[in-house]
Amino acid sequence: MASGVKPRVKVPKSASAGEAIVIKTLISHPMESGQRKDSSGNPIPRSIINRFTCEFNGQSVIDITMEPAISTNPYFEFEATVPEAGDFAFTWYDDDGSVYNDTQSIAV
Amino acid sequence: MDFTRRETLALTGAAALTFVLPFRANAAVDDAIANFTGGAAVGDAGVELTAPEIAENGNTVPISVSAPGATAIMILAAGNPTPGVATFNFGPLAASQSASTRMRLAGTQDVIAIAKLADGSFARSSKTVKVTIGGCGG
Repeated sequence: MASGVKPRVKVPKSASAGEAIVIKTLISHPMESGQRKDSSGNPIPRSIINRFTCEFNGQSVIDITMEPAISTNPYFEFEATVPEAGDFAFTWYDDDGSVYNDTQSIAV
Repeated sequence: MDFTRRETLALTGAAALTFVLPFRANAAVDDAIANFTGGAAVGDAGVELTAPEIAENGNTVPISVSAPGATAIMILAAGNPTPGVATFNFGPLAASQSASTRMRLAGTQDVIAIAKLADGSFARSSKTVKVTIGGCGG
């Protein structure tokens, strides 16, 4: 459905153990709210990303449930603790069943 | 045209009611809050919501929330066709219980943040955002 979906994530390359780092994520997605109408007056069906999760080595950092009121190209900024070197896994769940992934590794 | 004191009072009262009623009539917001809190009482302290006072474009309104020690924060836009915006659930590795995002607002309205704190109680914070151009198309 949604074409040209491209996740972008900004994670520092390295951190000291136990440090809190800021993570910024952006994913290009139209986030069609279901409220708009096309030129002939028919409502455009809803098509959004409804859930975003971030995990570090399998442990949850944040889990966000989204509603249609989130803007086009959903952007999130949050902080995570880094206990050891490893990988951040980012997952976005689309209404149409698609799942978009991204991983970023961090050194300690 | 002369108004007696009584008439003036009645008129102002009626006018105030017409402004207040549309917000009070929004039962969907109360339902969403009740779903999230399970009907528990909601306190005032413990959650901070940052939003611009005036947003020129209702399509992307930057907001951020923080609630130290919270396990979850729900954001609602009281004046949107569907009031839900997002729910943040913080895991064990979240360094601080804060997050920022961008949201859509249909018009000038209150944005509400409800946080579920570590001890199971709830806190609420709200902020009025003036929107110049609404973000719902049409």
